[in-house]
Amino acid sequence: MDDPLVLDANAVAGDLAELFGFEVTSATHRCGHCGNVAAVGTLLAWTQGPGVTLRCSACREVVIRYVRTATHTYLDVSGASYIAAGH
Amino acid sequence: MPEPLAWQIGKVTAIRAETPGVNSFTLELPSWRAHRAGQHYDVRLTAADGYQAQRSYSIASPPSRAGEVDLTIERIADGEVSPYFHDVIEVGDRVELRGPIGGYFAWEPPLGGPLLLVAGGSGVVPLMAILRERASAEARPPAALLYSSRTFDDVIYREELDALAAADAGLRVIHTLTRAQPPDWTGHARRIDRAMLAEAIAAAGAEPLAYICGPTLLVEAAANGLVELGVPPARVRTERFGPTS
Repeated sequence: MDDPLVLDANAVAGDLAELFGFEVTSATHRCGHCGNVAAVGTLLAWTQGPGVTLRCSACREVVIRYVRTATHTYLDVSGASYIAAGH
Repeated sequence: MPEPLAWQIGKVTAIRAETPGVNSFTLELPSWRAHRAGQHYDVRLTAADGYQAQRSYSIASPPSRAGEVDLTIERIADGEVSPYFHDVIEVGDRVELRGPIGGYFAWEPPLGGPLLLVAGGSGVVPLMAILRERASAEARPPAALLYSSRTFDDVIYREELDALAAADAGLRVIHTLTRAQPPDWTGHARRIDRAMLAEAIAAAGAEPLAYICGPTLLVEAAANGLVELGVPPARVRTERFGPTS
């Protein structure tokens, strides 16, 4: 990977905590595309667009994305087969 | 909103120059919460017309300093937020922020070590919080910091790092200066490479817990290098902060 603009999910941990209601970067996810199981914090973040896209660090497919409009926030987690948070 | 996510107004109580382009700002927080070393605060600026710009800045201070945090911020010439901090903000000014945020790129003494920290430029900030936290811990795991800077004058926290390493046989600091070196320089003078990573692993100890923070391409190269040298991927945590310019 040679994209100097890519960040880690940690960079948007504040937004994610707002959307999910808990600190989600230390939770585990399974990628719905390749089955990789890892911390949400390992997802790679593209933040330069109108929304934010989080991709699997193993297969680079989209796992989570969100965008804010003037009236709504759209959150798409269809790329994850689960997110598991400890309690 | 849960408390760490609620925006609050912090007051700047001190500003210190670390290097020509990097300052540390001490912020007094009305709703301070103890953080974990490696966490950050989100800072939000709002213009008169309502336009908002938001950035994340790593906490440099250890959680033992109640009521305030130090954010060490590099001035990015075409940035939206850091030039405001460097060129406009003065002691006594107020800034909107929320945190502490993040849980993945964080360390606390129970996580143990050995600690292998790799920094590029201002990527050293969250790693300094880890080293400061480690310095005050009862049991200090062995630690090595491999730190890449452009020039000698760009080395953030240089004197404190020297003092920490001199006082602690369990801490090794390895510098590399990529752009220019003083005449008497005895450290490395090239970008972080496999040989340097191997040296850092040897200094830290086997199966280290690695934290890498810096420009995206440096983080990428260092993380791949550590895994190739046998560090388990699950023990490598990364924080990329984008392009260097």
